[in-house]
Amino acid sequence: MNIEPWVVLSFSAIIFFIGFTGVLIRRNILVILMSIELMLNAVNLTFVTFSRQLQHMGGQMSVFFVITVAAAESAVGLGLVIAMFRTLRSVDTDQIQFLKE
Amino acid sequence: MNISPYFFYGFGGIAILCSLLVILKKNPVSSAFSLVMVFFSFAGIYALLDAHLLAALQIFVYAGAIMVLFIFVIMLLNADTPSFDLGRTHLGVRLVGISFSLAILLLFVWVFRQTPMTAPLAQFTPENIEAAGGNTQVVSELMFSEYILPFELTSVLLLAAIVGAVAIAKRKLAAGKV
Repeated sequence: MNIEPWVVLSFSAIIFFIGFTGVLIRRNILVILMSIELMLNAVNLTFVTFSRQLQHMGGQMSVFFVITVAAAESAVGLGLVIAMFRTLRSVDTDQIQFLKE
Repeated sequence: MNISPYFFYGFGGIAILCSLLVILKKNPVSSAFSLVMVFFSFAGIYALLDAHLLAALQIFVYAGAIMVLFIFVIMLLNADTPSFDLGRTHLGVRLVGISFSLAILLLFVWVFRQTPMTAPLAQFTPENIEAAGGNTQVVSELMFSEYILPFELTSVLLLAAIVGAVAIAKRKLAAGKV
């Protein structure tokens, strides 16, 4: 019994689309950021799988840079969440409607 | 691929279950702790795929740094009011979102299933990596030779992110403006 590459790739696609669905159906901005982290992790797993399968280290190097960008992204994103909470007193994305007024 | 199916399905099941909990739990703190479990499972799968350095980094950076940042912001905002609000979100939007996600997911799985991996193999076979001193050594040598430019650019990105995060989080909005 062995794991085929497409099983691992499909697994990471499942995680990616769980994160994607989270971005679509949730309205709490913090959970939306967490769903984005889920999607980034799924992409990382795809990189590692291809790195292993094609015996090339470029995939693992890409994961390093994705992890760094994810850290920077969540730092800036959470700064934005704090700014949003200060302005709106809410973390609900439906409250962001200044352009409508 | 020559990896243990029991560990893979174990870690994979935990990861799928916990990522469903991330998007379904009403309380953001519960979501955050489910996300920690997802990160640990991913670290396990990286270790199964012989990416040992990445498994360690996944735990340090994701389960350590990023999750602490999330928990810190949740505690700081004290925003533990449930905001899932199934009643108030448009049911149509949710149904369309879920069905489109499922459709694209099925397309992805079908493509992964059908497409053979026929790209030419590079030189990093398990034997070569073992002879060169293991995964960590090979990745580190690559990082400081072939990938030195992106590595240095990363430091610029991190600096920009630090400055940007402080500037955005500290900015006082003028009175009268929303």
